[in-house]
Amino acid sequence: MVTNIENQNSAGVHPLKFALWLIIISILMMFGAFTSAYIVRREEGNWLEFDLPQMFIINTAVIILSSITMQWAYFAAKKNNLSMVKIMLVLTMVLGIVFLYGQLSAWGDLVQNNVYFGGVDSNPAGSFLYVLTGVHGFHLITGLIFLAILLIASFKYKVHSKKMVRIQLCTTYWHFLGGLWLYLYFFLLVNH
Amino acid sequence: MSSTDIAINQTDMHHGHEEHDHHHDLNFFEKYIFSLDHKVIAKQYLFMGIIWAFIGGFLSVLFRLQLGWPEATFTFLEPILGGWVQNGKIDPEFYLAMVTMHGTIMVFFVLTAGLSGTFSNFLIPLQIGARDMASGFMNMLSFWIFFLASIIMFTSLFIETGPAGGGWTIYPPLSALPQAIQGSGTGMTLWLISMALFIISQLLGGVNYITTVINLRTKGMSMTKLPLTIWAFTLTAILGLLSFPVLLSAALLLIFDRSFGTSFFLSDIYIAGQALSNTGGSPILFQHLFWFLGHPEVYIVILPTFGIVSEVIATNSRKPIFGYRAMIGSMLGIAVLSFVVWAHHMFVTGMNPFLGSVFMFLTLIIAVPSAVKVFNWLATLWRGNIRFTSAMMFAIGFVSLFISGGLTGIILGNSALDIQLHDTYFVVAHFHLVMGAAAFFGMFCGIYHWFPKMFGRMMDEKLGFVHFWLTFIAVYLVFMPMHYVGIAGFPRRYYNWTGFETFNMFTDLNTFISISAIIGFTAQFIFLFNFIYSMFKGRRATLNPWHSNTLEWTTPVNPGHGNWPGEIPAVYRWPYDYSKPGAAEDFIPQNVPFSETQSSNLPQERVLE
Repeated sequence: MVTNIENQNSAGVHPLKFALWLIIISILMMFGAFTSAYIVRREEGNWLEFDLPQMFIINTAVIILSSITMQWAYFAAKKNNLSMVKIMLVLTMVLGIVFLYGQLSAWGDLVQNNVYFGGVDSNPAGSFLYVLTGVHGFHLITGLIFLAILLIASFKYKVHSKKMVRIQLCTTYWHFLGGLWLYLYFFLLVNH
Repeated sequence: MSSTDIAINQTDMHHGHEEHDHHHDLNFFEKYIFSLDHKVIAKQYLFMGIIWAFIGGFLSVLFRLQLGWPEATFTFLEPILGGWVQNGKIDPEFYLAMVTMHGTIMVFFVLTAGLSGTFSNFLIPLQIGARDMASGFMNMLSFWIFFLASIIMFTSLFIETGPAGGGWTIYPPLSALPQAIQGSGTGMTLWLISMALFIISQLLGGVNYITTVINLRTKGMSMTKLPLTIWAFTLTAILGLLSFPVLLSAALLLIFDRSFGTSFFLSDIYIAGQALSNTGGSPILFQHLFWFLGHPEVYIVILPTFGIVSEVIATNSRKPIFGYRAMIGSMLGIAVLSFVVWAHHMFVTGMNPFLGSVFMFLTLIIAVPSAVKVFNWLATLWRGNIRFTSAMMFAIGFVSLFISGGLTGIILGNSALDIQLHDTYFVVAHFHLVMGAAAFFGMFCGIYHWFPKMFGRMMDEKLGFVHFWLTFIAVYLVFMPMHYVGIAGFPRRYYNWTGFETFNMFTDLNTFISISAIIGFTAQFIFLFNFIYSMFKGRRATLNPWHSNTLEWTTPVNPGHGNWPGEIPAVYRWPYDYSKPGAAEDFIPQNVPFSETQSSNLPQERVLE
């Protein structure tokens, strides 16, 4: 509750920002569990070897680009350049959706290559890939919802240099989602 | 929305609205149902915890009936259990389901949500001097997601195939294959959905607890002036934040295995003569993921009670807690170690003996911080001016149970000994004493101690004593014999053991355990009566009934939303200035500046006057 944050703030960080970092840590623990399970399982053998979808490279570029536009929106809000905030937020959303679409088509490529999520022909190697991308995709959708809320607020003139908390939170979360994907992608490149 | 007070005596609240920008009366729903006030949410957690504890306890009585009188017919149970009792015999699969649900309910719904949810929510803002949690909305969301998880888990008790039956650890492949037992069917699906929601609820709560403690402490409340309760709750929340997501990952993979045909945990399985198509999975992987949560989880259960007991023992011994910094250090030590010992649950999975030795070594190190804590509690009691309140009785009982349960932990932590004792009643006795009964005693201790702050009335001390002694004696009578049968190899989770010649000699002992368990369960109704009666008819509490130092006793008897009608008090000293030589009284609350206590100030405190 915002009204609680009266005069006292013993840590010097906005409580909601602090809370967001804690949420990020818990999401990291979840992916830490998945990736360590991946390594442990891979060591045991009976592991299907296949090439990662080519789409992943394009998707990686898209999500890095979306981080840049997000940061741009943040700087624009700081300088009260409100129309630029809106443009950049819309661009970030579009890039986010493009990324999700790209991930979906990467799944399509995988199925074409006979790498399945479940069923008789599936191998944990493929299933893990679907789980990692799927759970990341789920979190990206939550990021998109956050972006949509922020975009609506920006149309109501509620995002500007005096009201930065929300856009700061969203920027942090979006960069985290991008960073998480980079980690997953490099992890998969090294360990697939 | 901090403009809302839900106090019964509104007169106390009408000075000091300067920090309240707008004021309006709340309707019933805003006040009691979807409240954002941490005190109301704490009580909601407490009531849910009590309801769940009675359900979980009742289940244990049911399966103790089966274990205590294996040849008897239980036709009188038919009205309650219906089809689960056939010709007076409890269905073996339902027996497994009851054991599973007893464990799940007690570990997660009572001793995690009920305990942390109640005391972290109630005490964190009150003891650190905050008006509410960092996010009241997230806090409310946390409770209602927990409530939803509760409803789903409760519903699973009544479906035709019964609730989950694979044990509270839900090891695959048993839990992953619906065709294996009835308890792996719909019941297991509901278990997984409920637990996924439960984890989200605990994460929301935990994020709030940590953020509040770090960010919203009042002026002067440095980390080393925090009551030990707050340290304990914070570390508990950190453990939860780091370990629950891992369980969520494991649960998610299990859901995929069950419903989407993946093979994360399944490989080369024949069921009813038919080979399954799943290849390449590893059930041991699930155990690693599960126990990476599972072990911190036992500290999530016990750490809050460390804090509660430390606070109650210091207050009622009228002495400063012995070794305040050592208490914090040992809790930190336990919290760190809890993440690197999980494989001691898996000594018999065929792991590399060298790896087993590493985990054994790390496990045994936990005895050191635990012993530091026990030593400090005993040293605090030593030559104290002890007041035997109900809360104090339970606190001392906690220390006793923690010692007796902890000692067997040293035995079980040895990988060589564990091979003999694994999955016997020795293990059951160990963890029930050290995390089950001890955590319950800590919870009772907290309820008796903070009841006046929660409800503005006192609980009945005489009934509290009767409740304590019956529970205390019953707990030991239940679990002491279990060590004995456990060493003899008596296995856990067996529905019927009369077919084994070796175990038939323990019939009398099993009956004895069951009678004790029933007495112990019955004694809890004394508590329930005391709790409900005192809420409405108890003696009215004074402002500071226990003459305690912490900030919550500086609020009105029935604090409203916002906790302090005026300004939040600033803090000048640590919370354990009891019986300070030269002081006018035997306690000096944290908000009393040193300038007012010149007669008792120590040389190094003179500069602070």
